[in-house]
Amino acid sequence: METRPTAHIGWLRLGGELLVALGAVSTFTILILVLSGAPPFAAIAQIIKGSLGSWSKFAHVVKAWIPLTLCGMGLLYTFRIGLWNIGIEGQVIAGAILTTAIVKLGLDSGNPQLFLALAIGFGAVGGAIWAILAGWLKTKGGVHEIFAGLGLNFVAQGIALWLIFGPWKRPGVASMSGTEVFPPEFWLPYLAHGRICLPGLALAFFAIVFTAVTLRYARFGLNLKAIGSNRVAAYLFGLKPDRCMLLAMVFAGAFAGIAGSLQVTAVYHRLIPAISSNYGYLALLVVMLSNYNIAAVPAVAFFFACLNVGSIQLPMVLKIDSSLSGVIQGALVLATLAMQAWRARRKRERETV
Amino acid sequence: MEIELSILLASVVAGATPILLATLGETITEKAGIINLSLDGSILLSAMAAFVVTYNSGSLLAGFIVGALVGAAVALVVALFSIYLEQSQVAVGFVLTLTTRDLAYFLGNDYSRLQGPQVTHLPIPLLSEVPFVGPVFFNHNLPVYFSLVLVGLCWWYIYWTPAGLKLRSVGEHPRAAYARGIDPKLTQLLYTMVGGLLVGLAGATFSLATKPGWGRPQGAEGTGWIALALVIFGGWHPLKAAAGAFLFAFLQVMGIYLQGWFPSLPSQVFQVAPFPLMIFTLLLMSASQNESVQRFAAGRPALKPFLQILSGAAPAALGKPYRPD
Repeated sequence: METRPTAHIGWLRLGGELLVALGAVSTFTILILVLSGAPPFAAIAQIIKGSLGSWSKFAHVVKAWIPLTLCGMGLLYTFRIGLWNIGIEGQVIAGAILTTAIVKLGLDSGNPQLFLALAIGFGAVGGAIWAILAGWLKTKGGVHEIFAGLGLNFVAQGIALWLIFGPWKRPGVASMSGTEVFPPEFWLPYLAHGRICLPGLALAFFAIVFTAVTLRYARFGLNLKAIGSNRVAAYLFGLKPDRCMLLAMVFAGAFAGIAGSLQVTAVYHRLIPAISSNYGYLALLVVMLSNYNIAAVPAVAFFFACLNVGSIQLPMVLKIDSSLSGVIQGALVLATLAMQAWRARRKRERETV
Repeated sequence: MEIELSILLASVVAGATPILLATLGETITEKAGIINLSLDGSILLSAMAAFVVTYNSGSLLAGFIVGALVGAAVALVVALFSIYLEQSQVAVGFVLTLTTRDLAYFLGNDYSRLQGPQVTHLPIPLLSEVPFVGPVFFNHNLPVYFSLVLVGLCWWYIYWTPAGLKLRSVGEHPRAAYARGIDPKLTQLLYTMVGGLLVGLAGATFSLATKPGWGRPQGAEGTGWIALALVIFGGWHPLKAAAGAFLFAFLQVMGIYLQGWFPSLPSQVFQVAPFPLMIFTLLLMSASQNESVQRFAAGRPALKPFLQILSGAAPAALGKPYRPD
């Protein structure tokens, strides 16, 4: 029986490889900073200062960590069964849209707590519906999940824009700044200092524990792995690959939908065009860099959140574009992919000798 | 009315050029069995590089060359990771999509919203005078003519030359090709880079002709994904893929007209339109392969041409790394 290569290597070697990858990426980052005429060390210092330099900066990092972790947990289900759920970005948006709809319904109800809870629940439903669409196109329609998901991402984005400029436009002016801000009783509660949203944090931790238990101990988690490893064998064993795929998509979509829901209720307090903030796509990178390992996802998500938040002020301080964080994140994933390939190759060579 | 139609079709032909170049490039790459998923980012990176080089040197030729080389360089990374390191082509391609896009925004930041040189209009003498056909096909710039010639050239190369036969054999059955004395890995590397050159040219065409200039967003965003879907839509056949590219360009032009009717909606809503259509066509294509649909059509000769248009199979070894015994 074939085992995953990660099962054999110790944490020490994994850490060593991570250091090599970090070294390679740092060199690359310094190179492109020099190329763009910016002082490399000032830029890196600014990223560190801008993410961990103060309590309020750290609170921003947590704000980005929550959706990244939620999406990352969702993606673990779909990756395990061998699906490329690129549509997670649209699932975040779908969750945000349905959440906004529920809050709008409850504005005059006089019961904000109930409607906030409902809104987050329906956020999960919205993400799940969007995920089922992609899963259905894949299993019944024969459309590859990458194209189905990607197309649905653009459609969700289009619907959000249409709502913001059409039915949900602010009285008077419709603009890219989004719908009208909810009254404060429809905001998820914050810690007084530092603006960390405890319910959001609790949901993220719940997602981690729930996913860890489901994937490791529940029959469903094992089925996912069986189908992902060998679809035909799993089918002959009596499992239903199509149904499991849809269910994996539902889980991924629900967590992504909650992430979108929190973007509305805890971060922006309204629907904005860029409500997903690219966290869905970024979470795909997070999970890849974690080597599909659940314990590593929250840590990598934290690192990515630091990079994102730290680079926000780069344009103001150093006149360079904030997309630097994306370049570093992508380069890091490429470097680790190369390391993994190198390790697999050496293993094969040892076995053939 | 006739004048209006020729103007409409001329803008379709001009607007299709970058999508056409990228689609042809990706068709060649996938014919060899490799998926270069990075298109959406590599088009942007080459668009940025082409604009920056042309802006600084004043030479359009240099811009196009650098754009093509950047496209080939990204393709080289895809090829090295998938052919020689045996990593998932989808994973590498997706990471490169995001990374090259961000790299383009980062390095091109200083060149945003600058007025740069652009490709000059070059009507072909005599031919452009022909009524209707002249304005539609022969009243454009050099990249447009190049892309039109390239459609035929690709088709001829892939299906009518010995080299094209080798290319297809590697994509269909690399082991058999190896037994025939062809090096599958080298061939795949070569055609991934050839495809990348064309994708790079698509990017350069964007920033130097179709949507001149650089910015965030540039306007080329999303094109790479459409090109990837068009390769499937075209059933991995360059002529059908080209037809798909023109169809999408036509829909984009229609979108501009539609926008005139709904002025209150932002243009982004209309830019979304091609994507549901992309899903729908892929759904139709998949359905046409369905057994019960084919049985239904067998007794109805009128449906046959439709199914023929939708038919087309992927190269058998597409996306699977070749491992020698």
